[in-house]
Amino acid sequence: MKIFRSSKVIETLMIAALLFALGTANVFAAKQEPKQKNIILATTTSTQDTGLLDVLIPLFEKETGYFVKTIAVGSGQAMAMGQKGEADVLLVHSPDAEKKFMDEGNGLNRRLVMHNDFIIVGPGSDPAKIKAMKSSADALKSIAKANALFMSRGDNSGTNAKEKTLWKRAQINPEGQKWYQQTGLGMGQTLNVAAEKKGYTLADRGTYLALKKNLGLDILVEGDAALLNIYHVMEVNVAKWPKVNISGAKAFADFMVSKRIQAIIKTFGTDKYGSPLFFPDAGKKVEDLGK
Amino acid sequence: MELIVQGIIKAFELIISFDPEVLGITWLSLKISGTATFISLLIGVSTGTAVALTNFRGKKLVISLINTGMGLPPVVVGLFVTIMIWRNGPLGFLEILYTPYAMIVAQAIIATPIVMGISLAAIQNLSPNLRLQILSLGAGSLQMVWVLIKEAKLPLLAAVMAGFGGVISEVGASIMVGGNIKGYSRVLTTATVMETGKGNFDIAIALGIILLILAFLVNFLLTQIQQRQQAR
Repeated sequence: MKIFRSSKVIETLMIAALLFALGTANVFAAKQEPKQKNIILATTTSTQDTGLLDVLIPLFEKETGYFVKTIAVGSGQAMAMGQKGEADVLLVHSPDAEKKFMDEGNGLNRRLVMHNDFIIVGPGSDPAKIKAMKSSADALKSIAKANALFMSRGDNSGTNAKEKTLWKRAQINPEGQKWYQQTGLGMGQTLNVAAEKKGYTLADRGTYLALKKNLGLDILVEGDAALLNIYHVMEVNVAKWPKVNISGAKAFADFMVSKRIQAIIKTFGTDKYGSPLFFPDAGKKVEDLGK
Repeated sequence: MELIVQGIIKAFELIISFDPEVLGITWLSLKISGTATFISLLIGVSTGTAVALTNFRGKKLVISLINTGMGLPPVVVGLFVTIMIWRNGPLGFLEILYTPYAMIVAQAIIATPIVMGISLAAIQNLSPNLRLQILSLGAGSLQMVWVLIKEAKLPLLAAVMAGFGGVISEVGASIMVGGNIKGYSRVLTTATVMETGKGNFDIAIALGIILLILAFLVNFLLTQIQQRQQAR
C-alpha cells in the first residue's frame, strides 16, 4: 500500500514536471524571432545604467521589427566581442581603442553619436584638496601626493581607458600603489565602492547623475577638455565575420544618428536629473566637441 | 537599515500591484530554473543510480568527480557554455547564445552533478539486503531500480530542492549566457545585479525578497510532497 501511494506521488510529480517543461518549450517557441531579426548590441554599462537604452531600444524595435539583444559590458569587452564577430553593432566610448579596432579592419562606418564628460568625484572632505582644480592632471598629482584612496574600474572599459590616459598625462604610474585600488566592476558599482570607502574615482557624468541620490560623493573636478567622453557607434565588419547581421547593425546605427533620436538624446534625463545626461553630436567632428 | 525597510515596502508594492515586468521576470526565472532542474533530474537520478548500483574499476574516481561537480563554479560553467555556443564556436550553428535556452543549458549543467551526487549517495545508503529481497521476490532488474528509487524518495526530493536552489539563485552563468536582456532573458538574479549597478537599491532588495519568496514556495511544495508519506 505504501509503495502504491508513493509511486502515485512520484508519477504525478513526473507528469507535472513534464507538462511544465512542454509548456515552457511552447512559450519559448512562440517568442522565438526569425533569426536575422536578432541584433546583438554590445555596449558600455553607462548607456544601460543611465536608462538611455531603456528609452531608445523599444522605439527602435517597434519601428523596425528587429529584436535587440543588449549586452551591457565595458567598452573593452564590447570591442573584444566585435573582434570575434560575436556582436553586430557596438555603442562604445573608448576612442583610442576604437581607432585601433577600426584600423585592424574589425569595424565599419564608425560614427559619432553623442558625448558627455568625465568627472572626478570624491568625498566631501576632499583629503587631497582637488576641489575646483581646472586640470585633471593636477588633480591626479595631488591625489597621488596625498596618498588618497583612488578607486579604478580596472576593467578596460572606456572609463578605465580614459583614466589610464589621464594618469599618463599626469606622469604618474599608479599601478601597485597602496592608495590605488581596482574594483573590476561596472561604473555604478565602482561609484558605490568609492562612496563606501570614501575614495576618489573617475566617472562618466551620466552614471554619476543617475546614481547621485544614494552616493554622497561630490563632483570635484570637471570641465577639463581632457575629460571629454565621446560615444561612437560602429558596425562589425561583415566581410570578416559573415554571420554578422549587417542590415540590422546598419539599421541600428542609422537610428542612433537620426535627427529624431538625437532630439530624444538631447532631452533625456532633464526631467529626472535637472540637466541632460548626454549631448547629441551626430554629423559633428570630434575636434569641435566641447566648444 | 532604512534601505532594507524601503526594499521590503517596495517588494510588497511590486507584488501587490502585479507589476508586469517583475511578474514576467519572476515567471521566467521559474520557467528556466524549473526546466533546468527537470533536465538535471532526468540525467542526474538515472546516472547517479546507475553508478550506485554497478561496480566497475575507477568507481571511486567517478564518484569523486561527481562530488567535485557539485561545487562547479557557475561562472566557469557560463564561460565554458559561452565559448561553446557563440556564433563562431563549435556549437554556434544552434544560435542560442543570449537566449533562455542557453540559460537552461548552463543551469542544467550546474544542477546535474548536484542531483547526481545526492541521488548516488541516497541509493548507496539503502541496505544492500533490500536489493536481494526485491530480486528474490521475483522482480526484474528494472523493477528493482524503480523500487529502490521510490525507497530513496526522501533524499531524492532533497536532491531536487538542492538542484533547484542552486540554479534559481545562480547569477554568474545566467548573466554570461543569457545577457540579461530586458523582457527576454532577464531573471530575478540578473535583474538584481543590474539594479544594484544602477543604484536602485530598493528595487534590488525587492527583487531579492521576491526571489526568496519564490524559492520558499517551491521548496514548501516539494517538502509537502516529501513529508506527506512520512507522516502516515
